[in-house]
Amino acid sequence: MQALLSSQQLSDTIKQLAAELNKVHADKKDVIFVGIQQGGAVIGGLIVAELQKMDPSQKAQYGQLDITFYRDDIRKEILAPDAMNMPFNIENKTVVLIDDVLFTGRTIKAALDTLLDYGRPAKVELCVLIDRKEHRQFPIQADYVGKTVETKKSEKVKLVNGEVVLL
Amino acid sequence: MQLSTRHLLGIKNLTKEDISLILSTAEQFKEVLQRPVKKVPSLRDVTIVNLFYENSTRTRFSFELAEKRLSADTINFAASTSSAAKGETLLDTVNNILSMKVNMVVMRHSASGAPHFLAQHIPASVINAGDGINEHPTQGLLDAFSIKEKTGKLEGNKVAIIGDIMHSRVAQSNIYLLKKMGAEVTVCGPPTLIPKYISEALGVNVSYNLKETLDWCDVANVLRIQLERQNQVLFSSLREYSIAYGITRKLLDRLHKEIVIMHPGPINRGVELDSDVADSKQSIILQQVENGVAVRMAVLYLLSGRKN
Repeated sequence: MQALLSSQQLSDTIKQLAAELNKVHADKKDVIFVGIQQGGAVIGGLIVAELQKMDPSQKAQYGQLDITFYRDDIRKEILAPDAMNMPFNIENKTVVLIDDVLFTGRTIKAALDTLLDYGRPAKVELCVLIDRKEHRQFPIQADYVGKTVETKKSEKVKLVNGEVVLL
Repeated sequence: MQLSTRHLLGIKNLTKEDISLILSTAEQFKEVLQRPVKKVPSLRDVTIVNLFYENSTRTRFSFELAEKRLSADTINFAASTSSAAKGETLLDTVNNILSMKVNMVVMRHSASGAPHFLAQHIPASVINAGDGINEHPTQGLLDAFSIKEKTGKLEGNKVAIIGDIMHSRVAQSNIYLLKKMGAEVTVCGPPTLIPKYISEALGVNVSYNLKETLDWCDVANVLRIQLERQNQVLFSSLREYSIAYGITRKLLDRLHKEIVIMHPGPINRGVELDSDVADSKQSIILQQVENGVAVRMAVLYLLSGRKN
């Protein structure tokens, strides 16, 4: 087990991503931050908490998206869904999708399919903590990246006890 | 997590974990039904036949809508307008349908055990939509979902099932489910409509007194008097039944609490339930119907994973 981000580095990376997002989205009125279940929802929660600290005057809208019903490998294994929490109208808003690890791109494709069933956003951006860039299977890239890492395809990147590790 | 079975034949052979999984999955499908696009692509490679050998409006529509909301392809079969009327056997009919690449069968039949028979002889998943006087598992599940949604729990709830227990597959599925999930159940009705050994067999309380039962319960699930299933006279008249076991506003007003009123439909208004009870705010009858779609989506989704 190799640590990709220690707990201190994780916390710094979250702050760095929040700062980037805060700069681009200084006005939060028409922005919705959405964490993808399960890992992305954890990271999203941390990022949005930082955003809120940086700019307490505006409320950052934050939801969680579950993609279980939209997975393209659904016939391989039926999974129990996680909670969906999207209590806002995304029509003509900017949605920032947040995930922990960007790997093949299939999760993000499913997340986009899920998101569009809630309305037609003006723009969708992608923010990820870890980018495993060389393993992409779909033409998808992130707008905000915490750290790009080189990994073997068979390896797994996970958040364990407040650290990001390679298994 | 997966269901322990590849068919839904009854609540009797589900585990507590199966029931919890179906109910929690149904919560997520209920959320899907509130969205602008009330549809997910999960079952777009699945074809389902709805095989109704017995009349149904609510259950058939509910299954069909659940299938469509999951993007499945569906075909509908009604015995009265099919070759079954020409004498084709059940198994021949189903095998002919399955040869057209159908993956799942939803069946209602007037013979108890018909879906169990089918499940033993065909490769597709079978879902029981009501078999004779045996079980109606999706109704049991949607009733439990509705009770949980309204009261926040199943365990420890006191649920009364009132009316024709003898001929009711809804009662049987409800009893199995509620007992498995730790609720207390009392069945109430005239002695002629309650099976003699039900207390010993299913672990429920039996009462012939409606007022006492209403005093005891948190939830009253009122059953329809099934005139079509009675070959013999089991009570003297509908009017007399209504006087002894019909739920009226007056009866509910004298209770010192507000109980939840449920009914699987269709209601015989003025017989088992008065209109001012059925349409009151303590009745969750229409929520039951709404929840039925979400619960059936959960069942179809969870069973669709098992390859033939």
